[in-house]
Amino acid sequence: MKGNEALAEAAIRAGCKCFFGYPITPQTELSAYMAKRMHKEGGVFLQAESEIAAINMVLGAASTGVRAMTSSSSPGISLKSEGISYIAGSDVPAVIINVQRGGPGLGGIQPSQADYWQATKALGHGDFQLLVYAPCSVQEMVDMVVKAFDTADKYRMPAMILADGLLGQMMEPVQFPEIKANSIDKSSWAANGHGNKREHHIINSLYINATDLEEQVIERYKRYDIIKETETDAELYLTEDADIVVCAYGATARVVKSAVNTARAEGVKVGMFRPKTLWPFPVKELNQASQKASKLLCVEMSMGQMIDDVKLAINCSKPVSFFGRTGGVIPTPDEVLEQIKSL
Amino acid sequence: MATVFERPHALCDTPMHYCPGCTHGIVHRLLCEVLDEMGIEGETIGVCPVGCSVFAYNYFNCDMIEAPHGRAPAVATGVKRSNPDKYVFTYQGDGDLAAIGTAETVHVGARGENIVVIFINNTIYGMTGGQMAPTTIPGQVTQTTPFGRDTELAGYPIRVCEMMATLSGTALAQRVAVDTVPHIRETKKAIRKAFENQKEKRGLSIVEVLSTCPTNWGMTPLEAIKRLQDECIPYYPLGVYKDVTAEGGEK
Amino acid sequence: MKYDILLAGFGGQGILFAGKLLAYCALIDGKELSWLPSYGPEMRGGTCNCSVCISDEPIGSPLVLTPDLLIALNQPSYDKFIGSVRKGGMAFVDSTLVDATVETPDIQCFYVPATQMETDANLPKAANIILLGKLLKETGMFSDEVIRKGLEKLIPPKRAHLIDNNLRAIGMGMNV
Repeated sequence: MKGNEALAEAAIRAGCKCFFGYPITPQTELSAYMAKRMHKEGGVFLQAESEIAAINMVLGAASTGVRAMTSSSSPGISLKSEGISYIAGSDVPAVIINVQRGGPGLGGIQPSQADYWQATKALGHGDFQLLVYAPCSVQEMVDMVVKAFDTADKYRMPAMILADGLLGQMMEPVQFPEIKANSIDKSSWAANGHGNKREHHIINSLYINATDLEEQVIERYKRYDIIKETETDAELYLTEDADIVVCAYGATARVVKSAVNTARAEGVKVGMFRPKTLWPFPVKELNQASQKASKLLCVEMSMGQMIDDVKLAINCSKPVSFFGRTGGVIPTPDEVLEQIKSL
Repeated sequence: MATVFERPHALCDTPMHYCPGCTHGIVHRLLCEVLDEMGIEGETIGVCPVGCSVFAYNYFNCDMIEAPHGRAPAVATGVKRSNPDKYVFTYQGDGDLAAIGTAETVHVGARGENIVVIFINNTIYGMTGGQMAPTTIPGQVTQTTPFGRDTELAGYPIRVCEMMATLSGTALAQRVAVDTVPHIRETKKAIRKAFENQKEKRGLSIVEVLSTCPTNWGMTPLEAIKRLQDECIPYYPLGVYKDVTAEGGEK
Repeated sequence: MKYDILLAGFGGQGILFAGKLLAYCALIDGKELSWLPSYGPEMRGGTCNCSVCISDEPIGSPLVLTPDLLIALNQPSYDKFIGSVRKGGMAFVDSTLVDATVETPDIQCFYVPATQMETDANLPKAANIILLGKLLKETGMFSDEVIRKGLEKLIPPKRAHLIDNNLRAIGMGMNV
C-alpha cells in the first residue's frame, strides 16, 4: 500500500469522521483515497476552496467533538498555519498531515525535511506547540496516525504527522492493527448544540485581557510539561556500544540505517538514534543512546534543523557534526557512510 | 401581570460592548427571537467573526465558535458537514465577509452550504477604528480614505447580495436595513426565512443587514440613521436578490 | 535473499506496473519489500523509473541507486543506469528499442527484443512483462504459483481477462 493511502485508511479506522483537503503534490493520493472511502463510510470528505478553508473546516468539525483531519504538503501547510494556531488556541484536537517537499517558496515536489523548524517551533503565531510524529515506514504512518488522534484528543491539541514525499509515495506491506474504540468524552467542551440540557459552550481563542490570556497559555504549558515527560518515543539502533551516534528521522533514517549496517560490517562502532516524536523531542532517549559515544552526526534532508534540538538535548556536551542534502535531494547510504568514516 | 416584552431566551443577560447607537444589538435580538420562535436554540451552533461582533459568543445562548478573520463560513461548513441535523449560522461584518473572507463566502454559496450567513454591512471597519471596508461608498471619508474613497485609487465597493445571487447554491440573498420599524420587521422576516431554508435544506441563505456605525462615521445615532437612509440604501438597494422559494426565484 | 531492482523506461511502458508485480509477488512470498516510484509533475509520458527492494531483512533505504537487477526499456534509461548495476548483477534490456553501446564485463546483460516480440505475438504493451519474465527466469526469484497470485492481486477483477495475457508474456520472456 502507498504511504499516502495508508495514512488515509488508518485515519478512517481511527475514527476520523471528517476530511477536508486541497490538492497538492506529493500528498494528492491521500485526498483521492479519502474521497472514495469516506463516501462508503458515511463520513465527510470535502475538497475545500483553499488550504485556509480546509483547516478552518477542520476547526469547525473538531469543535463539535468529531475526529477531523486535513493533509497537505509544505507550501499548503504554511497557508494552514493561521488555522493551526487557532486550533491550538481554542484547545481543539485535530490531526494535520504534512507530506514534506522542498522549499522555500514553491520549491520543488521531491522529498524534503526542511519543515522541521516550522513543525516543532513555529507552526503559526503565538505560544504553542503541536505534537509532531515522524514515521519512517508505511507501517509507522498507520500506527502514528492512530496515536496522533488519540494523543490529540487526550491533551486537546493539534497533532501533526511530519512525513515526506518519499514516504508518501512509497509502497510497502502494511498491517492495520485492531483499533480499540477510543471514546474520549468530549461532552464537557464540544460545541455541538446544548439541547437545552446544559450551559452553552464557547470554543474560543480570544482573551482580550492580557492576564487572562497569560493564565490560559500557562495552563497549556503545564499540559506540555506532562507531554514532554510521558509522550516521547525514539528508536535506538545499535547504540549500546556505539562510539558514533547518527541522528536521523523519517525517510532519512532508513538511508542512515543502511549506512550504519555497512559501517558495522566494516568494524566501525556506529549506531543510530531515530526520534519518532519530534515534539516532544526524546531528550532522555538521545542521552541514553549517546552515553558511550564520543561524537554525534546529524543527517537530514535540509540544511540542518533538527541538529539544534540534538545539541540542546545533550547540552552541547559532545561534538555534533552535520550532513544534509536539500531541495528534494535524498542522501545516499554511501554519502552517509563516507561522513561516518570521516569522523 | 402579563409580560408583554422580554429578553429572548437565546440572548444572554450580558451587557453588550457595542457603542451607543450601534445597530448590532437590534440584529442580535432579532436573530435570538427567531431562534426562540423556532425552538432551536439547543440545536444551533453559531460562528462569530473577527471584528466588532467578535464577542458575539458572549451574547448568544447557543453553542458558539470563534473563527479566524474571514473564515467563519469555512468553520461553519465543518460544523454543518459533521452535524447535518443542527442549525448553523455565521455572523459577520463587511471586512470579515467581503475582504479577507471573500473566497470563503463565495464558496459556501457555490457549494450551496446549508447554513445561514448574517452579514452586517456598515461600510466601515469598526473595531480597528474606522478604516475603508470593501463596502465603503465612493467619496466616503474613513481613516484610510482621508480624502474620501477615490475609486481611481481604491477601487469600487462590492455589492455582496447581487454577487451571491449569481451562485447556483444560494437559496436566499436578501438585503434589509434596521433604520425603521417596518424595515426591522422585514429584517426579522428575512432571518426567519433563512433559518426555514436551512430546516428545509435549501442551500445557502445570506441576509445582508445595512447597519450603522455612529462612532466611526463621526455622527450621532440619529444622524447615522439618516446617512443610512440617504446614502447607503440608494447605493445598496434593499430587496430580495434571490429566493428559490419565490415564484420565478430571482428578482 | 536480497535484491535491489531498478525498472526504467518511458511513461506508459508499464514500468510501475511491472515493479508492482514484483512487489506483490514478494508480499505473497512473505518477503520484506519496498516499491518507490520516481514521481514528477507530468502525468503521462516522460521518463519513468521505479525502485523495488526485496529482502529477507527489513528494507533500509528504499532508493535503488546501484541495482542488482536492472530492466531498461528505452535508450535513455539504458544509457543512464547500465553503468550503475552492481558487479555480478544482471541487466534486462529491450533490444528492439536500445542499441547496446556499452561493454558490460562485470555483469550479465540479457538483450531481449521484447517490443518486437509483443508486436509479433499481438500482445500490446507486454514488453515490460516479457522482460520481467526473463528476469524471473534468470533469478528464480518466485515460483509460478506466487507469480500467478501476484497478478491476481494486482489486476482488478473487472480486468481479469488480462491475467492470462500477462502470464503469456511472462512465459514468452522465460522461454527466450
